[in-house]
Amino acid sequence: MSRTFLGLPLRRGARTLPDDVARPGGHGTSAGAGPASDAFGDVPHPDAPLRWGGSFPDAAREALQNTQLRRNLAHATSTIRAKRAAVVGEVPDWEALRDAGSAIKTDVMARLPELLEELERNVVARGGVVHWARDADEANRIVADLVKAKGVDEVVKVKSMATQEIGLNEALAAEGIAAYETDLAELIVQLADDMPSHILVPAIHRNRAEIREIFLARMGDAPPDLSDVPRELAMAARAHLRRKFLSAKVAISGANFGVADTGTLTVVESEGNGRMCLTLPETLVTVMGIEKVVPTYTDLEVFLQLLPRSSTGERMNPYTSLWTGVTPGDGPQEFHLVLLDNGRTDVLADEVGRAALHCIRCSACLNVCPVYERVGGHAYGSVYPGPIGAILTPQLTKSSGGLSGHHDPNASLPYASTLCGACYEVCPVKIDIPSILVELRAREVDADRGRPTGWGAAMKAASFVMSDARRFELAEKAAGLGRVVAGPKGRISTLPPPASAWTRSRDLPAPAKQTFRDWWRDRPAPAPPVADPGDTGGFGAAATDNPGFGDGGEGR
Amino acid sequence: MSARDDVLARVRAALGGATATGGPAASGTVARAYREHGDLAPGSPEAVDVLVDRLVDYRAHVHVAASAAEVATIVGDLLADATSVVVPPQLDAAWLGALGAGTAVVPDARDDPRTPDELDRVDAVVTAARVAIADTGTIVLDGEPDQGRRAITLVPDLHVCVVRTDQVVEAVPEAVRLLAAHPERPQTWISGPSATSDIELSRVEGVHGPRTLHVILAPPR
Amino acid sequence: MRIALTATCIGDVMFPQAPRATALLLERLGHEVFFPERQTCCGQMHVNTGYLDEAVPVVRNHVEAFSPVLDGEWDAVVVPSGSCTGSVRHQQGMVCRRAGLDDLARTAEAVAAKTYELSELLVDVLGVTDVGAYFPHRVTYHPTCHSLRMLHVGDKPLRLLRAVEGIDLVELPAAESCCGFGGTFALKNAETSTAMLADKMTHVKATGAEVLTAGDASCLMHIGGGLSRIRAGVRTLHLAEILASTKDAPAPAGAGPSTRGGAR
Repeated sequence: MSRTFLGLPLRRGARTLPDDVARPGGHGTSAGAGPASDAFGDVPHPDAPLRWGGSFPDAAREALQNTQLRRNLAHATSTIRAKRAAVVGEVPDWEALRDAGSAIKTDVMARLPELLEELERNVVARGGVVHWARDADEANRIVADLVKAKGVDEVVKVKSMATQEIGLNEALAAEGIAAYETDLAELIVQLADDMPSHILVPAIHRNRAEIREIFLARMGDAPPDLSDVPRELAMAARAHLRRKFLSAKVAISGANFGVADTGTLTVVESEGNGRMCLTLPETLVTVMGIEKVVPTYTDLEVFLQLLPRSSTGERMNPYTSLWTGVTPGDGPQEFHLVLLDNGRTDVLADEVGRAALHCIRCSACLNVCPVYERVGGHAYGSVYPGPIGAILTPQLTKSSGGLSGHHDPNASLPYASTLCGACYEVCPVKIDIPSILVELRAREVDADRGRPTGWGAAMKAASFVMSDARRFELAEKAAGLGRVVAGPKGRISTLPPPASAWTRSRDLPAPAKQTFRDWWRDRPAPAPPVADPGDTGGFGAAATDNPGFGDGGEGR
Repeated sequence: MSARDDVLARVRAALGGATATGGPAASGTVARAYREHGDLAPGSPEAVDVLVDRLVDYRAHVHVAASAAEVATIVGDLLADATSVVVPPQLDAAWLGALGAGTAVVPDARDDPRTPDELDRVDAVVTAARVAIADTGTIVLDGEPDQGRRAITLVPDLHVCVVRTDQVVEAVPEAVRLLAAHPERPQTWISGPSATSDIELSRVEGVHGPRTLHVILAPPR
Repeated sequence: MRIALTATCIGDVMFPQAPRATALLLERLGHEVFFPERQTCCGQMHVNTGYLDEAVPVVRNHVEAFSPVLDGEWDAVVVPSGSCTGSVRHQQGMVCRRAGLDDLARTAEAVAAKTYELSELLVDVLGVTDVGAYFPHRVTYHPTCHSLRMLHVGDKPLRLLRAVEGIDLVELPAAESCCGFGGTFALKNAETSTAMLADKMTHVKATGAEVLTAGDASCLMHIGGGLSRIRAGVRTLHLAEILASTKDAPAPAGAGPSTRGGAR
């Protein structure tokens, strides 16, 4: 498939918006199916929203070629990191809030069955209808049937990770129902037939110029003189969606929190598109993962402090809506709550990995992740990218092989991290992502033990050598041979595979002439000076013998 | 087996087969070392100052009224160019006392609701509020008759919200505990005008919700 | 104080100057240093790559090598590495428990409680920030991820560096951003690792420093390997080497002989 400067996908197989009910003027006026639509590049179609594309290293390698993407990501993530740090810094009890958030979520997981039943009871008592879905297909079936029962062929949608995860838009399109995304970033992604690359800002990989291009080509009613000023772009989206909001009969949302002891649902948003969807239509269908339940109404005082500051870097997001069942005369008079499993119980079964279900989808871990910042969200091949995606996606897809080793691209996700710990540091509910990554690596290794691999053999050998000092010392002697490879400069610049992965971009110092162990044994008393010429290897090497990495700057 | 029973059975199995009732941690055992109250007394001038600072920071317009009559004057000024204003059924009538002759008052109530299209033709809305949170610059509406249906504060492009200073608390938990008396009421938490950060994460105020938010701080009743 | 030194596997074989400087520095400060010869490696590489079963014998060897600290043989264990200290403190117990070795886990955790990263030992245990070092060069410091976020050493290394006589310590832009090493990440995701390294090198070069220092030889091997490849003219030195440096026994700094036309 061809890829253009925008990196946008070719038209997908299953159209999210049937052309005949789409925008006034239609995208075909300017884009159509010809070359103009190719202007938006290619991203694999998400038949499986939790598993698309190749393995992480391959997808990352490709993403790194896109310099525009890297610039966009660097700009956006550095902006949001600074905003988050500023508003978190002004909260004196931030750590206590994180502790409480973590404790509440741990409690939720321990008492999940009773809390779900309590939530159900209270939603029903207030006039709502509760549905349960084992998997994506079942959830999509429930929603499609509810929409069809209302006799409509279009719905408005609030941005929702749960409905992304189950591919609801595509499922509805297959039933002849057009689902209109109303969040600005989701709209950008939908218009471009793109995939989300971020939990909070799905179009974070696009800059203003690209967004202008997308609007002009695909929105249908964008002003022809549209500039790339963010305010103008936002106003174009407002105008484009206004009529949809005012006439919609059915809305579909996710939920940030579902309160067990009151039956209250919560949606946290910024633009007012959420309020439009939650307030104006006659029927509201909310799809919520079973892990989103919180025990009590007052628990919201914790999460409504943690979430906005962690996600958008605001003290509070512009709009938060709370509703409980149906309120006669105010808002939708028909409310359905779909409680979704779709792999969550598989995650819950893992005592270490289950903390991934504590996630409140703030995306702070994406914004601080040095890997995410370089490769972007699409490389993770899941609607859940970044550090949280690296622990959540393979676990959610466990029953279909997500951690089963070499043949599943999702098995590469736990390795998509340097374990730098930045994610854990910012996580508002203190999910120890690095530790879970290590645990999942171990699960993957264990699942793959039946198959001989180079890594496995090397690790076994290293274990044998490193568990005994005598064996280790013999290996050290052998390593000294590396000095031959390094030559007189003490620097190794080319090695055969797999070590070539290192030497493609980095030199390797030769092993030291004398190990520390030998030096310690041989050291005369009193102790010799630190840098004994001719006695050392590596970067700190004395210049006369082994220049190491410290030498030879061209400018020096 | 129904999907419900199946999902619940899977959850129980995942937790180790034990019926989770009476699990290790009852909700009350969660340690809450965070601040349940701010340092500033509710309704204190200091708390109000913080609120004003935060409201202005997020591009809301703030006005201070010394009396109900002054509220009316400010409302009249703000709506001078509005041809229509929608109001909830039990809005303090005195607040509309200085409305210009050119501004039609459109009533709305749960038993007499305007349609979305009718609301779209209205220029402005005036409401009271339930509580305001100084720390975050947040105003909470809970749909009572002085605040009205959620739709009326959403569709018109200009929202004038009257907050009594005795409704101002410093911290989020203070507001949540006050609201917990009626959790079933539909709530809208408003922090500034609608906004988006979806384009390069730079904030733009004014998207689908009211693009302009005026907050009038009124004296206690 | 009687201090047992963990040389670390990479320090023993590849960068002996780091444990050597650690030993000399502590001796200069009047302490007695011991090298338990049974030691090899803390097991971090196995753990972080997911080979937890294979990590067990390595961890066992480490724990047994240093368990005399529990009997008062030494007062503390020092490690000139943030990530190895982190692995000792936060991973070894888990590895043992996962293998059903609860007794070994308890011993590991007890040893870990007496194990300190170098800057922790100096500042927190020995209560010293001015170690009497002399290093008249322009230096920038990279806080390695595990020292920063696993151990929370904070500004301890910087306080130690600021007290070094003659040093010109310059701030590294985006210092807290990972260099992209990540152990086997550097091989399994080589291109991403290289992209992170490129940004780190850009920041290092922007400081105009002669020397880049850090508390982990492994991260220095990564950044140094990149700087060497691009002939950046910046030397990498372990924190211990600068702290051990004196007028009488200076650590090397600055450019050595030109390598133009040299090994490439």
